[in-house]
Amino acid sequence: MDKENLKRLSAQVNVDDFLPASEKDKEYMVKMRPSTTAFKDGLRRLRKNKVAMVSFFIIVIITISAIVIPMFWPYKYETMLGMTPGKPMDASFKNLPPFAYSTTELRRIEAGEKIIPHIFGTDASGRDYFIRVVYGTRISLAVGFFASLIVLLIGLTIGAIAGYMGGVVDMISMRIVDIIYSLPDMLMIILLAASLKMTLEKSLEGTIFAKIGTNIISLFIIFALLYWVSMARLVRGQILSLREQEYVLAAQTAGAKSGWVIRKHLLPNCISVIVISTALQIPNAIFTESYLSFLGLGVNAPMPSLGSLASDALNGINSYPYRLVIPAVVISLIVLSLNLFGDGLRDAFDPKLNG
Amino acid sequence: MNPKTLKYILKRVILAVFTVWVVITVTFFVMHAVPGGPFVGEKAVSPAVQKAMEAKYGLDKPIMEQYWTYLKDVLHFNFGPSLKQRGRQVLDIIADGMKTSAKLGLIAAAFALVIGVVLGSFAALKRNTFLDRVVMVLTTAFVSMPSFIMGSLLLILFAIRLHVLPANGSTTAGLILPVITLMLSPMSYITRLTRSSMLDVLGQDYIRTARAKGVSKGRIIFGHALKNALIPVITYFGPMLAYIVTGSLVVEQIFAVPGIGRAFVSSITNRDYTMIMGTTIILASLIVIMNLVSDILYKVVDPRINLE
Repeated sequence: MDKENLKRLSAQVNVDDFLPASEKDKEYMVKMRPSTTAFKDGLRRLRKNKVAMVSFFIIVIITISAIVIPMFWPYKYETMLGMTPGKPMDASFKNLPPFAYSTTELRRIEAGEKIIPHIFGTDASGRDYFIRVVYGTRISLAVGFFASLIVLLIGLTIGAIAGYMGGVVDMISMRIVDIIYSLPDMLMIILLAASLKMTLEKSLEGTIFAKIGTNIISLFIIFALLYWVSMARLVRGQILSLREQEYVLAAQTAGAKSGWVIRKHLLPNCISVIVISTALQIPNAIFTESYLSFLGLGVNAPMPSLGSLASDALNGINSYPYRLVIPAVVISLIVLSLNLFGDGLRDAFDPKLNG
Repeated sequence: MNPKTLKYILKRVILAVFTVWVVITVTFFVMHAVPGGPFVGEKAVSPAVQKAMEAKYGLDKPIMEQYWTYLKDVLHFNFGPSLKQRGRQVLDIIADGMKTSAKLGLIAAAFALVIGVVLGSFAALKRNTFLDRVVMVLTTAFVSMPSFIMGSLLLILFAIRLHVLPANGSTTAGLILPVITLMLSPMSYITRLTRSSMLDVLGQDYIRTARAKGVSKGRIIFGHALKNALIPVITYFGPMLAYIVTGSLVVEQIFAVPGIGRAFVSSITNRDYTMIMGTTIILASLIVIMNLVSDILYKVVDPRINLE
């Protein structure tokens, strides 16, 4: 051993180091983090994900404008502007290019009146196209939301019961799921939509359902019939693995009934999986609705949806291509940002699912 | 082949046959539940003529008897006469449209496969470079874009604005735009699938061994890695066919391609019952069979995979 090492070994004690710490020192040394829950943790991860946050804001902006704008906008989606009762049709309202005015409107502007421009022009029947797009967005979003809600309710109930009961109940419901799963969904949807349209038309006349339109109702029926299967599978898988946990056994030993165990112990633990796949179901439903509307099986005229607007625009595509581009861009924006946001949710709240 | 694989194949075949039966049954009863029958909407016919027509098409018999007859006929590939196109059999109309549609679909599938695999391999090789990012962003956008929007936008851009490609799909050159429309989404999906499975394979030991032996990069990719990286792509064959079939319904509409999709859509609008039933059953069976084949292939190609 040389001298230097010897020097290091010698104990040089500083008495100050052994004094009790003051409050100030403690504050410096011990950093208390606020306690966090799994939910807050996921939220923090989600906030860090720039793509998901941008998508989220796009969705929020689109949703709010789809709800709010029709409330104060001076035009209505079904009003043909050239039509005034008792007067001949004013043809100058038809097929206006964006930001153009009809002859009567020009006269009124000259007289000093202020008129809100037709931002996207008007369509072949003289209806303001901007409000039609906004209203179409509203319909598409509503359809997507409610269809996902239906899927959630049915899939959750069947999946939870099958997973918890096991045995014969599980086997029968999973065979049914298998068959529905292997059906070519789009073809079945078209078939059902076509026949439901013809079936419901008569029987709904006069009820409030007639106002919503046969096609939207058949769309919901289709989702209730066919699309719950993947949700049921997912929930069942979660429940199956959770069922074996000790705390479930403990609850059962204490005399808890099945319904209680499912509601209080099992469902809250698979809530993140459920929320995520519901979020991913919405763009799927919007997509299906626009596809059906495009084939003429969607919403009933004069109600617009983004798909039917795009489909109608196909007729005048040579002269008015923007009428197709606008709804097309809105659909793509909604579907893409919902998908990206759903992916972000999945990454943030359920890293296990990441595949 | 071991007995476990055989058992799996048997199980899958039974499920597929059962599914096709469900499709036929559902189609039959759904179409027969429609009130008014197929002759509503024609110009008003006297009750006697209506009776005669129903007798001619066998619609006056009890529903179960009609069902058994239909089931027997379908098994003999007899879908009956079309109700709206006088004197033509449904099967002939389908076979006619299928010629064009099959060409369209097969070309689109082939392009999607080749371009997707090549792009995906390159993206995996150039991982986290600018090129990789561009490919990933584009494919993300293409995957979630509905086919009718893609088709319409392509139509506006290339046929109406630039005048470089024909908008009408009834000629051979006219098939270019429909093929691109149908191809983009599956291509993007295959690109992403290939990229992720290629990255997975490139991390394995045998690739490291090959690299240690001094094998060139190209040979590692195309000689060693690609074969294994392509296995997951097989599972996409079924969904790809389903996508192309449903996509062709709108694409043929947009580009006026005289195929089965357009015939199907017009049969829905003019309520040609036998045509709707026949087309649904044939297209659905095609998809079910393709799903079956791709599932079995997947299992046979890689026996390690446990599909239970």
